[in-house]
Amino acid sequence: MTIEKTNPLDNILSTAQSLRWEIDVDFHEKLTESIYTDAAQIADRATTRPEEKPRFDFDRTLDKIITSKTWGFPLMLVLLMIVFWLTISGANVPSSMLATLLLDTGHPFLKGLAASIGMPWWLDGFLIDGMYMATAWVISVMLPPMAIFFPLFTLLEDFGYLPRVAFNLDNLFRKSGAHGKQALSMTMGFGCNAAGVVATRIIDSPRERLIAILTNNFALCNGRWPTQILIASLFIGALVPAQLAGFVSALAVVGIALLGIFLTFLSSRFLSKTVLKGEVSTFSLELPPYRPPRIWQTIYTSIIDRTLVVLWRAIVFALPAGAVLWLSANVIIAGTSIAGHLINFLEPFGLLLGLNGVILVAFIVAIPANEIVIPTIMMLTVLVSGVTGVGEGAGVMFELESGMETMALFQAGGWTLLTAVNLMLFSLIHNPCSTTIYTIYKETGSKKWTWIASLAPVIMGFAVTFVVAQVWRLIESLL
Amino acid sequence: MTTNTKEACETCPIHDAAALKKLGVDMAEFDYVVALAGNPNTGKSTVFNALTGLRQHTGNWPGKTVTRAEGGFEYGEHKYKLVDLPGTYSLLATSLDEEVARDFILFGQPDVTIVVVDATRLERNLNLVLQVMEITSRVVVALNLMDEAERHGIEIDDRRLARDLGVPVVPMIARQSDGVPELLQAVSEVANNKTLSKPYRVKYTSPELKRAVEKVSKEIEAAYPELPNAHWVAVRLLDGDERIVEALRKGELGDLKHGDLEQRSANLQVFGNQ
Repeated sequence: MTIEKTNPLDNILSTAQSLRWEIDVDFHEKLTESIYTDAAQIADRATTRPEEKPRFDFDRTLDKIITSKTWGFPLMLVLLMIVFWLTISGANVPSSMLATLLLDTGHPFLKGLAASIGMPWWLDGFLIDGMYMATAWVISVMLPPMAIFFPLFTLLEDFGYLPRVAFNLDNLFRKSGAHGKQALSMTMGFGCNAAGVVATRIIDSPRERLIAILTNNFALCNGRWPTQILIASLFIGALVPAQLAGFVSALAVVGIALLGIFLTFLSSRFLSKTVLKGEVSTFSLELPPYRPPRIWQTIYTSIIDRTLVVLWRAIVFALPAGAVLWLSANVIIAGTSIAGHLINFLEPFGLLLGLNGVILVAFIVAIPANEIVIPTIMMLTVLVSGVTGVGEGAGVMFELESGMETMALFQAGGWTLLTAVNLMLFSLIHNPCSTTIYTIYKETGSKKWTWIASLAPVIMGFAVTFVVAQVWRLIESLL
Repeated sequence: MTTNTKEACETCPIHDAAALKKLGVDMAEFDYVVALAGNPNTGKSTVFNALTGLRQHTGNWPGKTVTRAEGGFEYGEHKYKLVDLPGTYSLLATSLDEEVARDFILFGQPDVTIVVVDATRLERNLNLVLQVMEITSRVVVALNLMDEAERHGIEIDDRRLARDLGVPVVPMIARQSDGVPELLQAVSEVANNKTLSKPYRVKYTSPELKRAVEKVSKEIEAAYPELPNAHWVAVRLLDGDERIVEALRKGELGDLKHGDLEQRSANLQVFGNQ
């Protein structure tokens, strides 16, 4: 007892320290037990439970089916299929209406207006061919599928289906050496990867949390669903008779989403076997009661919260991107535009991957927001590949039905089925958007892991598309 | 909000409920800070939306809110800042979301903490209520999801519960905004010191434990008379919680001004789904 009695805190700490030796080793458990006992007692006094078996049964029965070993996965696939089928087949009509309005009517009208007030060609090109067209494409391509997809997804979420998905996937995550709650942060990533990365906070162990952060990018996000849906319905759906087109395109999108989930497991397993070795921690997952979704409110909030937010983000990025793209396509250096130089430079590499220069440039332009991949590709294809007629508003292309227009545009850009498939693959497997990268940096506080999270997926994407392209061409040459 | 005539109903406490002004994200010059705690998936975000008029997306799954959301409302001539904390089962701070919730209740020293409780799972939810009440006595329990409890044939005697817990208990169906006026009234009464709570204290089964906690908490009370939760701090010290030792050492627990709260808010501010 030679401690000087100057600091009361030290005294308290030493008292606590010495008492800790007196009390049981299982202090923590005793503490928790005391709380539980008292909580149970108070709850019991205040609650009257019914004599007969209550209606919990409905939830139980439903859970038995939804989370069963036999039916769990097939049901999940069927639900996903229904959501995408409704999205794809429902989005066609409004999409083509918007395209007619904004592209076929709006664009020539604005051009005429500009001409009548004698606007110089460069300003008119910059504003109308650049900024307006980029925005118009974003709206007509993205708004309809999003306005259908997000409310449907939100309805499933409100009903209480998502935790069941997590429950079904939990076992697979654990086998991959990751935390079962990663299923929840992954599901969140299907909305937005930045939000998914933040959602990993529910995982206690730093090792498993890092795995969840690094692999969240493989959950297809808001910004990438439209790309998948559009390309699938144009190229994959076109392979089969019209009645089957919706179904087959939905199948393709679900396939890509599942590939993403598979890659999540694969990379989680890889990480947990190599750089992030460790024990899997256990946890309990609560299955919330099923709640009848409030349909109108859900539609309202999901359109406001998700659809319009995502659309607005796309427009905000599309406006300057449109302007820059127009400039880069019209500023001529040594006989070719800047965009042309860049595309030509990347073209050989793009072709090696079964893509092309335009697509690679689009993915660079779209680092701030995945949403603008498709609009950028369209802009660049129009501006560079010599498809004219947009400016005059008199091109044959624009007299066709909207989906066909886009298709015609892609074909003019030299696209094949391989290009479409590899674009879908590369859209799944490439770097996260800059918002997500920033979030990863904030959450991990580590430059090293941020770099890995950003670069590893791109390298994987290159590898996957390269292999697919080579195998595809080999088979083609054999046929 | 001016009163024109003195009518009988104006003297009724519920009268003020009509005067709820949802301020959304406008939180300038608030008088009181109210924290919103609760187990995951009990409808915290729904209560948050009902009070602030904001439309935080509410999802039916635990872990939906991992960050903090803030909003404001005005009621009975006072402005309140409402902070929606991540849903947690306990405040033992084993994961980041639990730490965010606990640190806010502990260091942010909110004027009132609303604990949203799932009426169908009362027992498990009360664990958190008891833990929150160890830290602060300024608690209001929002007994939410009463409709689901009814659907399952569970009856809850909320007055008995309030008496046992020693804090106000408000039955609610937040999805339909049922019970919001009563909740506001209870919150304002706690904030304005019109309700004096006598929170239930957990009884320790082992006598050594009880003696140890009492001994340490006496010393803490003597050294830090300002500390509102000496008992809880004693338990944490006996449990060997380094974070609390550090907080005592830095004086984070002793006297804390609202300026620090702002500082912490900034530290915890996260973008994403807010």
